[in-house]
Amino acid sequence: MEMKGLDYVVLNQGNAQLTELYRAHIGDWPKFFKMDTLSKAGFVASELLLKKIGERRCEGDEFIQNRAIVLFGSTASLCADRNYQETIQDKDNYYPSPALFVYTLPNIVTGEIAIRNHWRGETSFYVLEEPDAAQMAFHLACAFQDSVTESILAGWVDSRMNDDFQVFMTIIRKEDAADTERLAGQLQLIINDLNK
Amino acid sequence: MDRVIRCIADNVVSPLGTTSRSNYDSVKAGRSGLERYESMGNITTPFVLSRVDRKVIDGLCAELGISGNYTFFEKFLLCSSVQAVRDSGIDASSDRVLFIVSTTKGNVSLLGQPEEGIAQERVLLAKAAREVTWFFGNPNSPIVVCNACISGVCAQIEAMRALCTGRYDYAVVIGADEQSPFIISGFLSFKAISDEPCRPFDKDRKGLNLGECAATVVLEASDVKDSGWELVCGAIRNDANHISGPSRTGEGSYLCLMEVRKECRRQELAFVNVHGTATAYNDEMESIALYRAGLIDVPVTGLKGYYGHTMGAAGIMESILSMYAVRDNTVLATRGYREQGTTYPVSVSSETRECKGSEFIKLLSGFGGSNAALLYRFVE
Repeated sequence: MEMKGLDYVVLNQGNAQLTELYRAHIGDWPKFFKMDTLSKAGFVASELLLKKIGERRCEGDEFIQNRAIVLFGSTASLCADRNYQETIQDKDNYYPSPALFVYTLPNIVTGEIAIRNHWRGETSFYVLEEPDAAQMAFHLACAFQDSVTESILAGWVDSRMNDDFQVFMTIIRKEDAADTERLAGQLQLIINDLNK
Repeated sequence: MDRVIRCIADNVVSPLGTTSRSNYDSVKAGRSGLERYESMGNITTPFVLSRVDRKVIDGLCAELGISGNYTFFEKFLLCSSVQAVRDSGIDASSDRVLFIVSTTKGNVSLLGQPEEGIAQERVLLAKAAREVTWFFGNPNSPIVVCNACISGVCAQIEAMRALCTGRYDYAVVIGADEQSPFIISGFLSFKAISDEPCRPFDKDRKGLNLGECAATVVLEASDVKDSGWELVCGAIRNDANHISGPSRTGEGSYLCLMEVRKECRRQELAFVNVHGTATAYNDEMESIALYRAGLIDVPVTGLKGYYGHTMGAAGIMESILSMYAVRDNTVLATRGYREQGTTYPVSVSSETRECKGSEFIKLLSGFGGSNAALLYRFVE
């Protein structure tokens, strides 16, 4: 049986690109402007991917409602951490902000995407040393052990600085994960693209 | 027969003790680690915190042979995991052993206060976890679960799944967080922190307290029947509602509870160990989820009045204490609770109660709309 490669979206070109893409292709989710870079990057990439595969947002479709979101990254929320740290570093300029603090958790991006799509499945964020295709494939295959998970929005999301990020998003179906080695091979192709 | 996932060793390091047993005995005796602080660093608002004495950790490191340039957070992880691994008798340097670390903020304090001899890149969570695997000489790449407050339950679920694949024989699951001004100021800015010891599920609850703890479980995959604690199943679900507030219908927690109920034998369910942070919204949400899941009559117990919210350690430490409690036929008192303060009357008590049964459910929820539950069963 011939299996086609995974559909995916890669973004890595600065914050201005994210706002531009948002205005050009999304436009109906003002929460976007509140998000930190990590969430913006993950959100925009997920929206573009869903457009690309032609999936409609569909309330009441259990198959889609149960979709899991499993993301990986190496810097986690470091960028948001630095932004928040600035607000508490100086005694004379101390203004801790809840709007910044909430983004100091990397799994917030999984929540942002779940809210947008009304997905009530599993959401997970794993921190790895680097985008290791074999390690990601193993943990994605593990996620299908959940009784309701039939598909996963999976990806790599990293942001070191406010204007510096790397993200890919792809959809993995249960059958894609049956052969973990093959899945790792497919993820490696995407990672190669990410590093271009 | 399917692989069974069994907990073969555990450890808790906290202000209440440096072993699981001493922690359990302290809690049963009603001791709490919570103390009031008037200020810390640039923070000038009073708050209540359960903080580990750094001298105790340094002493423990010396006793356990943990030397080298480690941050407090790394020492904390090691103090707990070295004891648990020693008690398990496993060879942690084997490639059949997977290390999973559960934390929310790891070495984040390095951002505000770099340390001599510590590479700044250890602020990256996987780099800090690597220090742990190096200590044990383990060749596998560590994985860090960073799912806000539910991380400790997620890490155990991930360990269970990884073991079920057959690739690993053991998983060492370690959870810890350091309560630095970073986290405390953030929760204060949310107005989520109480300046009094917290009151889970009470009508006068004013918010949460933060706390420090490191906890470890060593899980084993086995094909043979044996006596001990089995991790039966777990689930992670999102509310898809709000990034920093729980769902009004308790959606994600409800879905998690329904999932673990599938494997749960109701007459064997001793209690549900809840999140019970003592914020107005969390406890109300949990009462709704328990009601909707048909578990409103099951005894409920929360440990935040003893430890505060220990973030990355919470799911692991609270699971371990629940194991000790079930074996002791005890529902631990929910310290701080006085009077019913949720729409649905959960079965919570300020007194220690007797219970029967061999199973418990551990429930957690957190930022990002995340929820998680797992079911443990003791097999005679």
